[in-house]
Amino acid sequence: MASIEGGGDSGGHKKGPGVKKAKKLSTRVDMTPMVDLGFLLITFFIFTTTMSTPNTVNLNMPKDTDKEDEQTKAKQSGALTIMLGKDNHVFYYEGELAPDGSNFKSSNFKEIRDVIINKKKSVMDRYYPDPKCEEKMKAENKPASDCRDQDFVVVIKPDAEATYRNTVDILDEMTINQAKRYALVKISDTEKMLIKATEGN
Amino acid sequence: MPSVKIPKKSTDTDMTPFVDVAFLILSFFMLATKFKPPEPVEVKTPNSVSADKLKESDAIWITIDKDSKVYFSVSVKGDKGVFKTIAEGINTNRNLNLTPAEVTNLGTTLALSFPVGVPFAGLKQLLARPPQEMGNVAQPGIPVLDTLNNELIWWLAEAKKSFAGKKGVLFLIKGDGISKFPTFEGVVNALKKNEEFKYNLITSPEDAPAGSALAEVRSKPSTE
Repeated sequence: MASIEGGGDSGGHKKGPGVKKAKKLSTRVDMTPMVDLGFLLITFFIFTTTMSTPNTVNLNMPKDTDKEDEQTKAKQSGALTIMLGKDNHVFYYEGELAPDGSNFKSSNFKEIRDVIINKKKSVMDRYYPDPKCEEKMKAENKPASDCRDQDFVVVIKPDAEATYRNTVDILDEMTINQAKRYALVKISDTEKMLIKATEGN
Repeated sequence: MPSVKIPKKSTDTDMTPFVDVAFLILSFFMLATKFKPPEPVEVKTPNSVSADKLKESDAIWITIDKDSKVYFSVSVKGDKGVFKTIAEGINTNRNLNLTPAEVTNLGTTLALSFPVGVPFAGLKQLLARPPQEMGNVAQPGIPVLDTLNNELIWWLAEAKKSFAGKKGVLFLIKGDGISKFPTFEGVVNALKKNEEFKYNLITSPEDAPAGSALAEVRSKPSTE
């Protein structure tokens, strides 16, 4: 780049006094400012961009009804009730809550998955062939084995201290463990008291 | 002594490939970018394994922020008249006695996709401000906890009426992870009162845990 000046007389053959030598201009351009600007724009776009569209969880709630025949029924043997307390505490019981609260157990979000899996397994093991359901599955072009967990129902009862994250997490747990029947239900006073008593310790 | 000539190497490097790549990245980001919509209410959504993407369509948004405050907003793909209809409807049906200017303001606020989160009693005061400023106003949230005074019911009823006849209107609940459950329950109750039983909860994506039943199902090639 520094070869523009100088060397007028030093080499080559001499030209006449009036003949000017054409300057050789370098074709190289200093690209630094352009690169600077380029990276500035890159950083700007990286920061302002939103790459992923958010995901959604579909939630269907049943209609509130007082009519006995419109209510969804669940077998006691296949029911698992999960309660959510404060500070990510999880409680559960199988079937019906014993009057003395003896089957009321404490858990957390890590262990609850095993509880769900075990319960689902035990319900599926106890499955007694139900021709009505199997016929229905056949009509819908689904394998008859889908009937095996038809009695498995998870009842989710978050209490007032539970967070929205806990609720979504437990709904997620249903998807993860492929529990097809679950319901969000209002917590009862007995359960609230039991949670309070357990959390107090 | 014969001096050893050390060849002078140029410190200049050829930057061309570097620049090429830089501009390639630049053009990628320019084309792929979608500007973040203004978020006057900051919400950290919880994660979920759900793989369903949010569809772009007419939607009624219910936002719950980290202090369990509830906000209402509407996003429309086509007809922009909906905002005005909602604003007018809420004024007439709830006897709020808003001036025409305040009704227009409410419509504009909704059209700018700023969430509205005030009880009806405080709406007049809020609408005294110009709509462009709504993003910076701290709002107390729409009351939902009291079953008898769940004001979200009326907002949703108006929105539903304005969207009447349109298909695929989504009810989106965008809740912050640390908001409390009763607020969510209140929101769901308000939706139930409006005979709406299908909602979408906005979440951030997460992978299915390895070894779980879901991971097994997903790893199977789908038969459809």
